[in-house]
Amino acid sequence: MLPAPFEYHAPKTMDEALGLLDELGEDAKVLAGGQSLIPLLKLRFASPAHLVDINKIKDLDFLEERHGTLSIGPLFRHKSAERSSLLASRYHVMADAAPQIADPIIRNRGTIAGSVAHADPSGDWGTVLLALDADLVLRSKSGSRTVKARDFFSGPFSTALQPTEILSEIRIPVAKPQTGGAYLKLERKVGDFATVAVAVHLQMDDGKVGSAGIGLTAVGPQNIRAERAEAALLGARLDDDTIKEAAALAAEAAEPKADHRGSVQYKRNIVRVFTERGLKRAYERARGGG
Amino acid sequence: MGQSITVTVNGEQKSADVEPRLLLVHFLREKLRLTGTHIGCDTTHCGACTVLVEGVPVKSCTMLAVQADGQQVTTVEALAAGGTLHPIQAAFKQEHGLQCGFCTPGMMLTSIALLNEKPDPSDDDIRWALSGNICRCTGYMNIVKAVKSAGAQMRASAAVPEAATAATRS
Ligand SMILES: Cc1cc2nc3c(=O)[nH]c(=O)nc-3n(C[C@H](O)[C@H](O)[C@H](O)COP(=O)(O)OP(=O)(O)OC[C@H]3O[C@@H](n4cnc5c(N)ncnc54)[C@H](O)[C@@H]3O)c2cc1C
Ligand code: FES
Ligand code: FES
Repeated sequence: MLPAPFEYHAPKTMDEALGLLDELGEDAKVLAGGQSLIPLLKLRFASPAHLVDINKIKDLDFLEERHGTLSIGPLFRHKSAERSSLLASRYHVMADAAPQIADPIIRNRGTIAGSVAHADPSGDWGTVLLALDADLVLRSKSGSRTVKARDFFSGPFSTALQPTEILSEIRIPVAKPQTGGAYLKLERKVGDFATVAVAVHLQMDDGKVGSAGIGLTAVGPQNIRAERAEAALLGARLDDDTIKEAAALAAEAAEPKADHRGSVQYKRNIVRVFTERGLKRAYERARGGG
Repeated sequence: MGQSITVTVNGEQKSADVEPRLLLVHFLREKLRLTGTHIGCDTTHCGACTVLVEGVPVKSCTMLAVQADGQQVTTVEALAAGGTLHPIQAAFKQEHGLQCGFCTPGMMLTSIALLNEKPDPSDDDIRWALSGNICRCTGYMNIVKAVKSAGAQMRASAAVPEAATAATRS
C-alpha cells in the first residue's frame, strides 16, 4: 500500500513549521510519530497535499515539572513515558497507561501529543488527560491559546485544533502529596485498542477526597469524563459505599456501542468494575502503597 | 517530486532520489534490494518489517524513507556481515527459534535492541519486548529460549567485543 503523493517538509524550527501550516492551511498535516497518520495515508483515508514533519525540530521531546505544572512536549514518545521514573512515582495513571498503548515497537515512535491530536475515541491518552484535568497549548503563527482537555474533544477524530495549529505543550497540575492514580484497560490481545478502559486520578486531603478525575475510553464518540462520578467523590471518605456509587455513576456516563468486542451491557459493566478497582488502587497509592 | 536522501544502511552510505511517499521498507527492498526485511501485514501490526533506526526498532512499513535521511538503519543483512552468524542468528538456529522464517528478521532485530538495553533479560522481559512481533509458526517458546541463549552468549563474549557487536556497531 502506498500513500497518495504529497510534498514533504521537515522544518528545523517551530516558527518555520508554524509558518508552513499558516501558508498551507487545510492542505497540510503535521507528522509526529506517524503511527496513526502513516497507516491512514496508506489506506488513503487521508491524502493531504503536504506533510509537515516536526521530528527534525530540536527540544520538543521533554517531560518536566516546572512552576506547578508537569509539562510535556509534542515529541515525548510513549516509550519514554513507559520508562519515566517521575511518572511511575507520582503520575500513576500515566505510568499505568503507557505500557498498554499499542506494542513496544509502535511505542518507540508514537507520541502522547499525536494521540491526543488524533482523538481516536478508543485512544488511551485523551482519557488519561481528562482524568488529570490537563490543559493543552495550541500554537499558531499568530500566537497561542490554552484549551482544557475537557473542552478539546468534539467527537470521533475531531478536536478544537485548527489546521494552522500545533499542539505544542500538554500541561498537567503538579501532583500534590497523597495523590494516586490507576489506568485499567481490557484488550483482547497485546497491541489491541481497548474494549473498555478507565482512568482514575485522586488526591486525598485529611482522609477525604480533595479532587478526583475519572476518564473512560472506547465507550462513546470521544474520550469521556465521568463528571457525576467525580462530583460524588468530592469531599467524601472513600468507603465501599462511596466507591460503589461512583462506579455506578461512571457506568451511567458511558455510552458504549455493541461491536465485535462486546455488547453494550458487557462494556458498561466493565466500566463499573474497573472504576471500583481503579478507585481502590488509586486510594492505596495515594496512601503510599503499591 | 523526487527528494534526495542519504541513509547509512548497514554501515554504508546510500544516496537516492525518492518520492516522499516511498515507505522505508520499499526503499530497503526495492531500491537497495535488501529483501531480508519482510512485509507481513502492511498495517503496522505484525513486526515482520522491523529494522533498527539509530539502534531503535521501528516498523519500516510505517516510516517514510525521507524520514530516515541522515540516519543509521540496520537490517538483518548486517548480522552475518563478516560471514559468521551473529550470536542471535546462531541461537535462533540452535534453539529452533524459527520454522518458515518469515518473522525471523524482525524478531532478531527487536531482540538485539532488547539485549543491548538489558543484557540478561527474564522470560517476561523477552515476551514483553517481542509483543509487537507476530510469529505464526513457532508458538514463541523456542524464540524466548533463543533470545536467552543469545544473551548468555553475548555476555560471555563481552570480553571479545568484536564478535558480539560487529553487527550492531555497523
Ligand atoms: C497497531 C496499532 C495499535 C495501536 N494501539 C493503540 C492503543 O492501544 N492505544 C492508543 O491510544 N493508541 C494506539 N495506537 C495509536 C498510536 O498510539 C499512535 O502513536 C498515536 O495515536 C498517534 O501518535 P503519533 O505521534 O504516532 O501521531 P501521528 O500519526 O504522527 O499523527 C496523528 C494525527 O495527529 C496529528 N498530530 C500529531 N502531532 C500533532 C501535534 N503536535 N499538533 C497537531 N497535530 C498533531 C497528525 O496531523 C495526525 O492527524 C495504535 C496504533 C497502531 C498502528
Ligand atoms: S509489515 Fe510492517 S508491521 Fe507488518
Ligand atoms: S517462523 Fe514462521 S512466522 Fe515465525
